Amino acid sequence: MPSIRFRLNGVETDVDVESDRSLLDILRGQLGMTGPHFGCGSNECGACNVIIGDRAVAACDTPLWSVADKDIITIEGLGSAQKPHPLQRAFIAEQALQCGYCVSGILISAAALLMRNPSPSGEEIRGALDRNLCRCGSHNRMVRAVLRAAAEMAAR
Amino acid sequence: MTKPAPSPSAPKLPVSLAANPVLSSWVRFSTDGHVMVSPGKVEIGQGIVTALAQIAADELDVDIGRVQMIRATTAGSPNEGVTSGSLSVQQSGRAIRQACAEIRQIFLGVASDRLGVDIDALDIKDGTIAGPGNIRTSYWELAGDVELDREATPGATPKLSTRRTLAGSSIQRVDIPDKVFAHPRFIHDQPLPAMLHGRVLRSEMSAAKLVDLPEDGARAIAGLVAIVRDGNFAGVVCEAEDGAEAALKALRKSATWSAGATLPDESALAEWLKAQPAEPTIIDNKTASGAMEKARTMRRQYSRPYLAHASIAPSCAMAQWTQDRVRVWTHSQGVYFLRADLALVLKLPVENITVEHMEGAGCYGHNAADDVALDAVLLARAAGGRSVRVQWSREDEMSQAPFGAAMAIEIEADLDAQGEIINWRHSVWSNGHTSRPGRAAQPALLAATELANPHPRYIATNPPPANGGGADRNSIPLYDFPSWRIECHRLLTMPIRTSALRTLGAQGNVFAIESFLDELATERGEDPVDFRLRHLSDRRAQDAIRAAARRANWKPDQRTGIGYGLGFARYKNTGAYCAVVAEVEGAEDISVKRLTIAVDVGEAINPDGVVNQIEGGAIQATSWVLKERVRFDKERITSNTWSAYPILRFSEVPEVQVELIARPDMEPLGAGEAAHGPVTAAIANAVFDALGVRVRNLPITRDSLIAAMELAS
Repeated sequence: MPSIRFRLNGVETDVDVESDRSLLDILRGQLGMTGPHFGCGSNECGACNVIIGDRAVAACDTPLWSVADKDIITIEGLGSAQKPHPLQRAFIAEQALQCGYCVSGILISAAALLMRNPSPSGEEIRGALDRNLCRCGSHNRMVRAVLRAAAEMAAR
Repeated sequence: MTKPAPSPSAPKLPVSLAANPVLSSWVRFSTDGHVMVSPGKVEIGQGIVTALAQIAADELDVDIGRVQMIRATTAGSPNEGVTSGSLSVQQSGRAIRQACAEIRQIFLGVASDRLGVDIDALDIKDGTIAGPGNIRTSYWELAGDVELDREATPGATPKLSTRRTLAGSSIQRVDIPDKVFAHPRFIHDQPLPAMLHGRVLRSEMSAAKLVDLPEDGARAIAGLVAIVRDGNFAGVVCEAEDGAEAALKALRKSATWSAGATLPDESALAEWLKAQPAEPTIIDNKTASGAMEKARTMRRQYSRPYLAHASIAPSCAMAQWTQDRVRVWTHSQGVYFLRADLALVLKLPVENITVEHMEGAGCYGHNAADDVALDAVLLARAAGGRSVRVQWSREDEMSQAPFGAAMAIEIEADLDAQGEIINWRHSVWSNGHTSRPGRAAQPALLAATELANPHPRYIATNPPPANGGGADRNSIPLYDFPSWRIECHRLLTMPIRTSALRTLGAQGNVFAIESFLDELATERGEDPVDFRLRHLSDRRAQDAIRAAARRANWKPDQRTGIGYGLGFARYKNTGAYCAVVAEVEGAEDISVKRLTIAVDVGEAINPDGVVNQIEGGAIQATSWVLKERVRFDKERITSNTWSAYPILRFSEVPEVQVELIARPDMEPLGAGEAAHGPVTAAIANAVFDALGVRVRNLPITRDSLIAAMELAS
């Protein structure tokens, strides 16, 4: 079995598994990263989103072979309680969730958007998050939180 | 000595505290400066744990950072039934407030003895009990000497609302940082040591029988631990999750199923509901004092489809056996109720079963949380004492879990010569709105119906009207009509499994009542706000409608393709008041632009938490109204993916404005279900305002608009 190598949250990572396994399986299983959540298994809800390059991608639908030599960022790599990403700070400030199961995928989609477009409009944010499902109805708070984070990042 | 008879005004304990009177079951102090608060209600994304921590911290005078909230478990938590019905603040909150008030008094008494000063001279600040001349002790210092294994008494008086410092303020939720930083908090993310993975095989065909199950394919999967078969119940246990998936796939490929039950025609649901054998109940009957002359009768029928809970997370549970004892980890809304049903299925005393709560994603009612717990328990029997985690697939979550029941609602109004309402008749046809576990002599869990010795499928019932009712929830008008008759027909057949979905029947009934009122007001050429206010003597109801109308500048001038509609209800007629003005836009496809909402929840423990719940409820209701409908053919539920069961997306979400009416001295009321009915009606009424088309069958889609236009022409 050939080993597949990628950079996960900045750390060189090697895994030895069948290359058609899904990235989500490997992240949550072998690599013990439970931030990306299983929601549907077919790229329809965004709960498992990770950043590959500068795009938010559903890990459930991403075969491992396709991430060879790529840079992958999961919610764990976005920031921490000690060193939060502006988005994480903003989501807390806006209390922008209810149950929070979808929120790691939404933070990832928002972070990918801000990498490409540091000062998005509300409409652009909604467009970037449109493939992420939230069932609790926290959408408007999340959009406000992304705007807040973008403003904070611009002010720095 | 004879005991004096209790006076009729004797203070009573809050209901949850009366049922679980031992103080230490609610609150304990550690010696290291923490307070453990142990509610029987559970976090389902509604922020209840934070609100309850606020109440405890306030009443005990401790910093909220010292409060540790303990997850509900049958191993020791108070039994507060189920976390549902927007009752957690009312029930758990009042119990904790009362218990903490008494505990504070007990500690003050002990401190007074210890320090040799009067209770009145003592004050508590962040748990430190201090008196004149710098004498001091604390909860933690006294904890070892204070006996809390005693029953609560009704005497203690909680603080006045003006003396509370935390209740009433929007402090940040305690669980949000973990969720934003992806610290494992969900049951899905917390594997047990040496845990195995299980999957259950179910047919897409409703109630199909498993005829043949060759196992060779599954046996070939590396890491397979067991194949479990008991009648129509079949599943696999594997070392790894992907192995369990592969083994399940192999089993599915080889399984042969017999044809199952026939499902109704989804295009004629109202007719089907009205034609089924049913148990009729008179919910309420009110007779006018004087005779009034009827000039004519107006009759309308409304309906809503089956709705899915459609949690973002598939249901998940873990179980582990030790000889004849089993421990279960679950995101069920009622750990004791689940335990009762597990005991029925396993034929074990409840003492042999421990059920512990762990957080799941929002469930919005009775989804598959309890079903998957039994699945895990059954599979774990084959795991040789190791724990087994079972997670449902997206497809099973959307098709095997119970649904919110479809409803047909007919309203007739007798009008006098002036077009005033003199009599009102409201009839509901629907399956029962709850088949939650733990309530009956038979279990309500899915796998129980699949075993070789099966239990019959539990036919959903309705909670009694005193608990808010089910299909009949909010069927009694809050309006002052002179006479009415309210009937509910509960179906005695249940080809599509139904149970509690947020608001139970209230969404359907409020949609019908508020749509019909709008139709009556239109006929009379009367403003819908004035028309409602004229029929409401309840001041809080009037205030809510006036506040929403004012905030929305009711009624803005007519513009092409834009419409405004009003909806109002008091949830369960005893809960929160909510009035909504909807602004919609569109012709073929309707979009909801804005929802302006006024809500009265009595004392708001955490105002931002209330607003969050109302916003969320409003957006979810918009999704129900514009998009949602469980789809099925004769044999199977077909809407088992997000493409087949779409929900509202970011680009479709309306702006939501919420005004909270301040009532700090009124009893706190839950907010989670107040908005759904009024939002539904407000959107339907706004669609009529915009297009002149009255949609009486939800959801409001391009197809239902065309159908309504054809009906009208």
